[in-house]
Amino acid sequence: MPANRLNGFTDYEIGIGLRIPHYQHILKNKPVVSWFEIISENYMVDGGRPLAILDQILEQYQVVQHGVSMYFGSAEPLNREHLRRLKALVKRTKTPWLTDHLCWGSVDGRYTHDLLPMPYTFEAAAITARKIREASSYLEVPIAVENVSSYAEYHISEMTEWEFLNEVAEQADCGILLDVNNIYVSSRNHDFDPYEYLNSVPPERVTQIHLAGHSKFERYILDTHDHPVIDPVWQLYAGAISRFGPTPTLLEWDDRIPSFSRVHAEAMKARKFMPALSPVMR
Amino acid sequence: MTLVELQRRMAAAIMTPLAISGGPLRLEAEALIKRNSRLTSLKRLQIYRESYWYRALDSLRDDFPGLRAVLGLKAFDRLAETYLAEMPSESYTMRNLGSRLELWLKNRPEFGGENHALALDMVRLEWAHIEAFDAATEKPLGPEDLIELHEGMVFGLQPCISLLELQYPVDDLRIKVQAAGEDEHGAASNAVIRRKERGIVRTYSKVTPAETFLAVHRIGFIVYYRRLAPHEYRILVALREGRAIGEVVASMESSDNLELWFASWARMGWLCKARQVKGS
Repeated sequence: MPANRLNGFTDYEIGIGLRIPHYQHILKNKPVVSWFEIISENYMVDGGRPLAILDQILEQYQVVQHGVSMYFGSAEPLNREHLRRLKALVKRTKTPWLTDHLCWGSVDGRYTHDLLPMPYTFEAAAITARKIREASSYLEVPIAVENVSSYAEYHISEMTEWEFLNEVAEQADCGILLDVNNIYVSSRNHDFDPYEYLNSVPPERVTQIHLAGHSKFERYILDTHDHPVIDPVWQLYAGAISRFGPTPTLLEWDDRIPSFSRVHAEAMKARKFMPALSPVMR
Repeated sequence: MTLVELQRRMAAAIMTPLAISGGPLRLEAEALIKRNSRLTSLKRLQIYRESYWYRALDSLRDDFPGLRAVLGLKAFDRLAETYLAEMPSESYTMRNLGSRLELWLKNRPEFGGENHALALDMVRLEWAHIEAFDAATEKPLGPEDLIELHEGMVFGLQPCISLLELQYPVDDLRIKVQAAGEDEHGAASNAVIRRKERGIVRTYSKVTPAETFLAVHRIGFIVYYRRLAPHEYRILVALREGRAIGEVVASMESSDNLELWFASWARMGWLCKARQVKGS
């Protein structure tokens, strides 16, 4: 499949999430990492340690921005102050693409600080797509939206989650950050076949993949990012790579964060599913 | 139901304090959310409610450890829950969750405990600490900038500096609370840390008011609290207001220590060029 502006980042291979407990290890030991993913909001500040550390990282590494509070799916307009700060950060990092979640989290100017599931309606798809287009135009960088884990489904939904994802991506002409762990978590919480989801995603729009661990409770699964990736999620990832080809992949580990070496080793397990990668670990 | 209607109703349900359950909330959950074979609509809603409240409360606990020590854990949580219910976040970042706490607490003295003024002072200090941590810094003025001082000169103060006039020496208390947390971090249970915090609260429950002038500032990546003399504080406030150096000096009763203070501020990089006012 020929690469396009959304899925042509195949040389990025496997990245690691940049997290505070690993700062000193990374700066001191300069581990070989293809790229780091940063949480944009952690660096959308005016100064101090966050930006100083980021600048040191940028001297040696490629950085890709991942956001958690753009809330493309909120009915209200984009937050201009957020966009202004995000653009300043985009200029700083020169991120080749930018990601955030296909979700909502604010209404009437009040923020829940959560990634809340969308109602899968045509009205919601249109509003969301318009906001993604607006943000991408302002930020001058390709945007990819990530499917979230969810624990609730609304009565008013008119389509499946994957139909909604495709509808939004098509209308916005944006990329997809496919989180295969989130597909797995939601498939267990909502009783659908994760492979039906996976096989419906258009390969030409898949910009990046996320992997993560989760926590299993008696009646549902919670996306906690505090465990290694489980085998069924690796299998789903294998299916994704088989369908989409080599795709920039990132392991998220956000709670009970182990040593950098441990996170790195877990992320590098993804290599065995990408046989086209060069033998030298980048 | 439109998108905005659903989001208003969901947000209202999620932000309903956790102490409220059943009845209308169950009906609202059933109206909005499907049930499945394992979870009722209310239980599905509850996952998001708990996530919201635990995350927001944890954030306030992390940001205001001194206030938690002043009030005690239960009173702090009561305050935080009420504050969040009445002043939900209006910022995309949780960093700003406590930005309106001082204003809110001024109007809600019943949440300030036995010593409302002490609690308020601590809130002001802890918010200044958050601001200092990631505020911008301008290029500090060097000796070459200070060679030709004249009366009409206007200095700026580094944006990361907050100037506080307090009724209590809360800086000492905050440092002790911080040290207690760091000493015990990873080496003791929460119960041990709480006992230690309670000890600090007891120590300070009879703290004597003492007018305290403070600069909360940052050197490198570390936030410091620096005590100021009353005159020193007033000069810095005047400089921040954009008043010319001649005017500031003329308003002082004495010029004692003036050179010493300027040298000290310059050494710490506090002085910078005044910001241009738009249109000027």
